[in-house]
Amino acid sequence: MPRRNDLSSIMVIGSGPIVIGQACEFDYSGTQACQVLRAEGYRVVLVNSNPATIMTDPATADATYVEPLDADVLIDIIEKERPDALLPTLGGQTALNLTMELVRRGELDRLGVEVIGARPEAIDTAEDREQFKNAMSEIGLAVPESGFAHSVDEALVIAQSIGFPIIIRPSFILGGAGTGIAHSDGELLRLAGEGLDASPISEILVEKSIAGWKEYELEVMRDTADNCVVICSIENFDPMGVHTGDSITVAPQQTLSDVEYQAMRDDAFRVLRRVGVETGGSNVQFAVNPETGERLVIEMNPRVSRSSALASKATGFPIAKIAARLAVGYTLNEIENDITKVTPASFEPVIDYVVTKIPRWAFEKLPGSSPRLGTRMQSVGEVMAIGRNFAESLQKAIRSLEQGREGFAPGAPSEFQALDDEALWELCIVATPERLFALHEVLRRGASVEAVSTATKIDPWFVHQLAGIVEREGELTGAAPASFDTYDWRRYKQWGFSDGQIALITGEQRDDIAAWRRAAGVATTFMTVDTCAAEFEAATPYHYSTYEDASEVMNSSRDRVIILGSGPNRIGQGIEFDYCCVHASMALRDMGYETVMVNCNPETVSTDYSTSDRLYFEPLTPEDVAEVIAAEEAACVDGARLVGVIVSLGGQTPLKLSHSIDPALVLGTPVRSIDAAEDRERWSAICQSLGLRQPPGDVATNLEEARAVARRVGYPVLIRPSYVLGGRAMEIVYDDAALTRVMADLTSAHGSLAREGGVSKTRPILIDSFLEDATEVDVDAVRDTTGDIFVAGIMEHVEEAGVHSGDSACALPPQTLSKDVLAEIDEYTRKIATALEVVGLINVQYAVKDGEVFVLEANPRASRTVPFVAKATGIALAQVAVRVMMGESLADLRERRVVPATTPWPELVSVKEAVLPFSRFPGVDTLLGPEMRSTGEVMGIGESFGIAFAKSQLAAGTRLPNSGQVFFSLADRDKVAGLDLARQLTELGFHLAATIGTAGYLRSNGVVVETLVGKIGLGDLGVDAVKLIASGEVQMVVNTPSGSSARSDGAEIRRACVTHGVACLTTMSAGFAAAKGIADTREHGWRVQSLQSIHS
Amino acid sequence: MNRPRAILALADGTIFEGGAAGFLPESGVTTGEFVFNTSHSGYQEVITDPSYAGQIISFTYPHIGNYGVTPLDDEAARPWCEGIVVRELSELPSNWRSVEPLEPFLIRHRVPVLVGADTRRLTRHLRSAGALAGAFGHGDRDMILDAARNATGTDGRDYVTTVSTREAYERGQGDLHVVAFDYGIKSTMVEELASRFRVTVVPAATNAEEVAALNPSGVFLSNGPGDPAALETQVSVLRELIGTTPIFGICLGHQLLAEALGGATFKLPFGHHGSNHPVQDLATGRIEITAQNHNYAVVPDSLERAVVSHVNLNDGVIEGMSLASERCFSVQYHPEAGPGPHDARYLFDRFETLLRTNTLESI
Ligand SMILES: Nc1ncnc2c1ncn2[C@@H]1O[C@H](COP(=O)(O)OP(=O)(O)O)[C@@H](O)[C@H]1O
Ligand SMILES: Nc1ncnc2c1ncn2[C@@H]1O[C@H](COP(=O)(O)OP(=O)(O)O)[C@@H](O)[C@H]1O
Ligand SMILES: [Mg+2]
Ligand SMILES: [Mg+2]
Repeated sequence: MPRRNDLSSIMVIGSGPIVIGQACEFDYSGTQACQVLRAEGYRVVLVNSNPATIMTDPATADATYVEPLDADVLIDIIEKERPDALLPTLGGQTALNLTMELVRRGELDRLGVEVIGARPEAIDTAEDREQFKNAMSEIGLAVPESGFAHSVDEALVIAQSIGFPIIIRPSFILGGAGTGIAHSDGELLRLAGEGLDASPISEILVEKSIAGWKEYELEVMRDTADNCVVICSIENFDPMGVHTGDSITVAPQQTLSDVEYQAMRDDAFRVLRRVGVETGGSNVQFAVNPETGERLVIEMNPRVSRSSALASKATGFPIAKIAARLAVGYTLNEIENDITKVTPASFEPVIDYVVTKIPRWAFEKLPGSSPRLGTRMQSVGEVMAIGRNFAESLQKAIRSLEQGREGFAPGAPSEFQALDDEALWELCIVATPERLFALHEVLRRGASVEAVSTATKIDPWFVHQLAGIVEREGELTGAAPASFDTYDWRRYKQWGFSDGQIALITGEQRDDIAAWRRAAGVATTFMTVDTCAAEFEAATPYHYSTYEDASEVMNSSRDRVIILGSGPNRIGQGIEFDYCCVHASMALRDMGYETVMVNCNPETVSTDYSTSDRLYFEPLTPEDVAEVIAAEEAACVDGARLVGVIVSLGGQTPLKLSHSIDPALVLGTPVRSIDAAEDRERWSAICQSLGLRQPPGDVATNLEEARAVARRVGYPVLIRPSYVLGGRAMEIVYDDAALTRVMADLTSAHGSLAREGGVSKTRPILIDSFLEDATEVDVDAVRDTTGDIFVAGIMEHVEEAGVHSGDSACALPPQTLSKDVLAEIDEYTRKIATALEVVGLINVQYAVKDGEVFVLEANPRASRTVPFVAKATGIALAQVAVRVMMGESLADLRERRVVPATTPWPELVSVKEAVLPFSRFPGVDTLLGPEMRSTGEVMGIGESFGIAFAKSQLAAGTRLPNSGQVFFSLADRDKVAGLDLARQLTELGFHLAATIGTAGYLRSNGVVVETLVGKIGLGDLGVDAVKLIASGEVQMVVNTPSGSSARSDGAEIRRACVTHGVACLTTMSAGFAAAKGIADTREHGWRVQSLQSIHS
Repeated sequence: MNRPRAILALADGTIFEGGAAGFLPESGVTTGEFVFNTSHSGYQEVITDPSYAGQIISFTYPHIGNYGVTPLDDEAARPWCEGIVVRELSELPSNWRSVEPLEPFLIRHRVPVLVGADTRRLTRHLRSAGALAGAFGHGDRDMILDAARNATGTDGRDYVTTVSTREAYERGQGDLHVVAFDYGIKSTMVEELASRFRVTVVPAATNAEEVAALNPSGVFLSNGPGDPAALETQVSVLRELIGTTPIFGICLGHQLLAEALGGATFKLPFGHHGSNHPVQDLATGRIEITAQNHNYAVVPDSLERAVVSHVNLNDGVIEGMSLASERCFSVQYHPEAGPGPHDARYLFDRFETLLRTNTLESI
């Protein structure tokens, strides 16, 4: 069937903020879908609350709504845009759930909108575990024995009939939230309770646990003509019991015979047909009993997923693109395979390499969380690596993680060597982020493949591969690489050893290793990802490095620029930086350059092979990047040249690499300036010479020095390591005791910084006087080669300084800053940019206290806020930066109206709000501090700050109440301000509840407090705080920390809010913002507006 | 594991380095025609597929041997290929069905292996140069280069006589009786037939009278190795059989049937060897992902009588034909799979319907 002509406009729903379980992969798939649909001539209406996405670039859709992903908001948009159809399968679980809500409410029928991509019945059958289970037994496919419970007691009954171990899994959930394995009645009762809370329809599946079985995924597609194909098979290295999103996964599957694989393939198609996915991509998960081959169906997702993004990058087959075409009527054979150009999409990709994905976690940033992996996804990002064999892809993937490891065999003595066998085996058996490396040590001590795989349930084939790497390491130890011949070098490189790793193992210098290797004629070769294992010629230059006979990079006579990406998502460095890299590619292509992208994050748009002229899917390490540079220089013909490398758009990752690159090749701000900004002494010197105010402070490498500094500047002080991002390991310290504790941890060999370079003269600890109750301000600016400067955006934070800029809400334009302060900030920013000889972007953070401006830090690179500023002002800031880096002048760009004359001051207020992962980490205090912990962000746009803030809250998942009861529990220093806030809220008609101290203060000032809340545990003095929140009689909580221990009542209150989804504000400033939001919303209501209409 | 160094040389002089594994021939050299197979899994079925007689199979997927071997997956009593080329040969297999690792199996069946070679470069070379004869081994370099220069391909050669069964044998039961010509028949094919009919598998040299004497409900033509043009006798036997009984042919059987119907065959540049080939059934428009293994194909406009029923969507090669009036049909690919997808198994049902109704379904 050809294109559907009965449709003219299609609505696409994005997946919202980056959260655990739903990350950049949906920007990748959504962006592809929008591009395809527009190319097919449809009008595309896009809704996504996440400003950091490429998807929400005004150029990606015809009408782009950066609005909360909420059913009522969607209805407003649909009524305004009147799309013919809605495509919900590219925005993850969020889009599916929203669509189902609209369907249930009958809104889509009322508005005459057709759901395409997957019929609502199909979505229900797949997503509702009960329906799914029944559907499977109908077609005779086995699923783990189970039953459904809507209460804890029901759960217990079922569990006892099935027998332990039992796994609890809620219906309609994301990334395994609320799932877990119970071995006893006690555990079951707890998990069942959590599960029922996690499920929007409070239903849980109580299921036989088959932890330890092999886990597989098939990425499949089906078209309207019932043609089905498997795009990719994926085998999990970690067996059942560890969520696929937290498992190391490998493509293609390695240990199934063809007989078993084809049977699994048949099953997958039967699932697809029964569930009724008629058009598009789906993902079917299987468990296989390693002893008997028995195969069970685990689940299916009737939409593109994290795994389909991985499959697309792993095979070169763009699932989302094809899925979008199928959704509008095409059949697979009508679509061309855009890699080979000569074959149709109706085939099954074959590959001649191995792909390994390893997740990256952030437990170190979430004190109180336990780094145990389970059926509940906890990773915040992932890397993918391609090699000609498993060992090579695994070692490349480990390198890509940027966690100080050169590969599986660390070379340097690992932290596990100290452990006795028992402790070591313990670490091998429990799945944690560190398990893989414990396995290295246990194998190094001579454990047999069989022993390891019996203990861990990791397939012997994988363990044997690991053992092989350990064997090679053994050979290398004490070997003399200087005398290696071609054969030796090739052998070790083919096993995935990096030069740096060989250097560590043999005790030589990395440069010597590289030199000897090259002298022996062993150079990196680049192969092509072509969907067909070289059977046909590939038109798409998508490369990976390995060690073979011949490289496949094609010569070209065009000047090129290399863009270094930002690697795996992690807290502090996420999609915002990928956004900047993608924009760099757009701008450079537009300027006529050939663009070359280097990155190892499979979720991103930057690793879509159509984003740049060439994609190298490689680790971001000095060695791997050097090889890409060499390959690109070698591929220059007819006087073409490598113009340079962009290191300033991918966050800290490429910045760190800038030292390993020929300075002449580094585009934009010179490397020495980058160092100057990071090096405390030089930076302070600069500020002094410019006469800029800084919080008094100094550096220290040990406790003594630290004490001295603290005494000089006075408590409270803020402690921070150098060369880190996202406020890593930063703390506010109020006294000597705390200082001692923090310094002890930071300087210990296995402390917080063990994996991040520790503390030394060159990486000292920075100690500043902590400015209390200061307003924080973020500024993004661009400077060109002529010294001209454009201050693009000034953002005023809602939370006070002390809450990491990445975790606090902020408004553009600023709301309370005086003219003078703004003028001073503008002047400071210009001075700093000039002093640092910035060419391109710079981000400066300020704290304003009592009208005085202090400089906190300057980053001469793209910042997290660049996409937000771009969406709020309508200026493609990243592209402007790239153009000036390439020599264009701001004057010029003003001429061409790319850049306005002065700092834009939009009529509409934009508010950025952070989204935090607490719901996945029970036991972690939700208090905001200087260490960043948010995984993503949303944006609210409105006529007033109040409305924009309220929208941003809804987008972030908490709807501000319009009536009901507000519960106050305030630190003494906040009581005065609290009184004011309490008055505002009572005027708005809210009832008040408060803890004894707070209540007393409010009452004595004539404010009515209806409910008195007692200390937790001793309800006698009033109702128990946690019970009150659980009871649903509180609509909003204002709780500011009393600075005491984390296990204080405050922490309990905040946790209760997370568990029961009650809005919880932990700073007074956020409280006032909320009050304003409620008032303005009530007065003026909300309007939805597309970016195109706002910035036209 | 440290392997004796070995080289691979193609007739055109191209050389690849690697190690010698599997069976190490006295001579230190193995010759044959190089072809590449792109299947991820199913190496055992491929290695034991008689259609590869005279050929050296290079696997594009780098890890071969991961799940070991089991007699259950043999397509024939022994491999007929000359040798195989792999990037990595798994030492430790992991699968509940496995009875031994791949390498001892290969040694027992005297199959030499070149391991560690840049199989992707080899694929790219064969892709552009076409299937080439050549040699590989751990023997003296010049000797191997020589052998490569003199190596001959499969053109004009009859391997069928070599691989076909000596005696006829019976399988399965049922009211319908099918006589299956063994030109190099795969056991999966026999199983598919035996699950539906009483099957008599007969030597390739069996003549029309002998077939008639068995008074079959229908005749089946199997897959097999080598150049169909070299099989005049078989073709003439088919000429006599056509019209007297319903016929279903697969792969070589399809090519021979085409020739018997007056068609011609030609050699593809590098053939189709893999499990991911999209084929369209022209009658229904449906697409099947098919297992394929052939170097020769039917010349498009050489078919006057039969109609084309299936085409390969990658390159338009004729994948199936039928002739209702003569109650015969055939496909170039492998509906029985083994290895490969099961999408096309319906063709065996179509054959059964043909035998029962004496009319050819929907084509
Ligand atoms: N019956 C079971 N026993 C043991 N582990 C299981 C079972 N079912 C699922 N799991 C594990 O839980 C993970 C998440 O389950 P899944 O159904 O895929 O939920 P999600 O929708 O979060 O992907 C799976 O990847 C698997 O490792
Ligand atoms: N002297 C200070 N007084 C108060 N708050 C500070 C001070 N220095 C830093 N902060 C807070 O700590 C956060 C992180 O500090 P910053 O230097 O920006 O680290 P990062 O490089 O991780 O962004 C800032 O966003 C700010 O809220
Ligand atoms: Mg899953
Ligand atoms: Mg900062």
